[in-house]
Amino acid sequence: MKTADQDETRIYDYLRHKKKFPNVWCAGCGIGIVMHAIVRAVDRLGLSKDEVAMISGIGCTGRMPVYVDFNTMHTTHGRALAFATGLKMARPDMHVIVVMGDGDALAIGGNHFIHAARRNINLTTIVVNNHIYGMTGGQHSPTTPTHRLASTTPYGNVEQPFPICDLAKAAGAAFVARSTVFHATELDRFIESAIVKRGFALVEAVSYCHTTYGRMNKLGTAVDMMRALKERSVPAEAAAKLSADELQDKIVRGVLLDRECPEYTQLYAEVVKKAQAAAARA
Amino acid sequence: MSVRLMQGNEACAEGALAAGCRFFSGYPITPSSEIAEILSRRLPALGGVFMEMEDEIAGIAAAIGASVGGMKSLTATSGPGFSLMQENIGYAAMTEIPCVIVNVQRTGPSTGLPTSPAQGDVMQSRWGTHGDHPIIVLCPSSVAETFHLTVTAFNFSEKYRTPVVLLMDEVVAHMRERFEPPAPEAVEIVHRMGTDVPPDWYYPYDETPTDVPPLVSFGQGFRYHVTGLMHDRAGFPTERRDEINAWLKRVFGKINHHVSDICLYAEDGTQDANTLVIAYGSTARSAQHAVKLARARRRKVGLLKMLTLWPFAESVVEDLAEGVRSVVVPEMNLGQLALEVERIVGRKKVLRVNRADGEMVTPQQILQAIEERQA
Repeated sequence: MKTADQDETRIYDYLRHKKKFPNVWCAGCGIGIVMHAIVRAVDRLGLSKDEVAMISGIGCTGRMPVYVDFNTMHTTHGRALAFATGLKMARPDMHVIVVMGDGDALAIGGNHFIHAARRNINLTTIVVNNHIYGMTGGQHSPTTPTHRLASTTPYGNVEQPFPICDLAKAAGAAFVARSTVFHATELDRFIESAIVKRGFALVEAVSYCHTTYGRMNKLGTAVDMMRALKERSVPAEAAAKLSADELQDKIVRGVLLDRECPEYTQLYAEVVKKAQAAAARA
Repeated sequence: MSVRLMQGNEACAEGALAAGCRFFSGYPITPSSEIAEILSRRLPALGGVFMEMEDEIAGIAAAIGASVGGMKSLTATSGPGFSLMQENIGYAAMTEIPCVIVNVQRTGPSTGLPTSPAQGDVMQSRWGTHGDHPIIVLCPSSVAETFHLTVTAFNFSEKYRTPVVLLMDEVVAHMRERFEPPAPEAVEIVHRMGTDVPPDWYYPYDETPTDVPPLVSFGQGFRYHVTGLMHDRAGFPTERRDEINAWLKRVFGKINHHVSDICLYAEDGTQDANTLVIAYGSTARSAQHAVKLARARRRKVGLLKMLTLWPFAESVVEDLAEGVRSVVVPEMNLGQLALEVERIVGRKKVLRVNRADGEMVTPQQILQAIEERQA
């Protein structure tokens, strides 16, 4: 059987292509690449579309669920993980994929992000990091690099960016990986592993926003920014040999964490068993 | 013989379970905490889910998420938490996902008087979230009513695909009264309407004779889209005026066309009254006593106890107020439901009795108002 990456037309089966396209994203945007990576991962795993749910918050990435033919929910800003937690507990058998942008996941949704990771609930979480609030016009986000320009940092950003993967690791995630929209096939594999992983699995997909961030910081076209992702990125194994200075401004790609730790829906099933046994004795 | 005393919050938790609620997610806040504590013990034993979330925003979000997954879900809070929930209450109204939100009112604004009683969230429960939206708000005045209205809240939520707010107050939540819950088979339970059409024909926001579209849970082969954006009948975002206006007409219609089913109230001695007292929540108990005292003094006074606050029972108030000289509206706030009463019967006819200092409105205060008008 051919998989979706061998046969591009197979992708259509996962898209609401007759109903909802063209999409809202700017020409050259990386979000579509992440969407296709998710579709290819789902296809390779042979999951039925009925058992997959995609939940998003607000922003450019928040618009993704409308285009995929899963059970889809476009929720409120920052709250996707909280909605997804409820759905996952109601339907532990479903594969729940949460897609968010950097502002959605880490500013307004930062609290839900760390607590979902802390619970280690079996959710596949994909953060498309373009370092900016794209949809609202390029305001600085929690991942905008220091000194960079944004529509709300006209004198340069004085805040430090959140390291998304480190945050997830520290908060208790079971699986953490990072790749870029240039490395699309690597992204497929990481997303596939994240879906299979039992526990809170985070994939940071580093992207770019050429229309706002790129324009304001004179980083060129979408193609230039894509090329920069290629040039700036280092595989985790190679990065281990580099000094902190050498790693400045580098994007470290790879599976950064993969550990076995008790998963929430399974732990909760034990609570139910215990409570039911106690009720039966009473 | 032993007499069972039950607390209001306990009756709320038991009512939720009797209604088929199997999911609770919330955040600790007094005076609602007992609801969470009781359900944390009871739900797992019933195969249900209890989750203490990171904040109230997550509390209601998870409840809505679970409801999309097919579980009847509940969250409970008090004023500050209710304020935090407003955006997602709007999301539930917009997406027509059933869920029940309990707000045990305490004195506000802000942290206010933790945790003295108040009824200051009457208008917030109607208009707290942004934008025009329908909502149902129920308000019990006793432990027994709390049980029954909690069941009703779930039933309305499922029947009309809408968030329902159970607006309690600290007095009702913490008082204990003699109450024995009915046997499970004696409790009438309503489930959301499903569909027998094939997935390709299913429209989660379709126009129907009742204005309430069927709701199928996620994971059952009907892969549809849920969004807080204005959407068409399939659930996909739209900016088409014809579709937006059709949506507005339907979601308001599903409540407005069923007010006789939704608007619950109780009358006491209104037939020959020349003064009408309109009250709700624990203040209705003071009002009841005040009416009794006034009657003992041969005053012709009737009581209208509102169990449904929103939608406001306009025609009931209009009819009952027509034959009386004055209407007394006691509330533990500075005049909120009185605004609605005044809108219906005219300002001159209405006498407000208010306090928002953390103490109940006393029967004597209400009695004084009745006598002032009759003098």
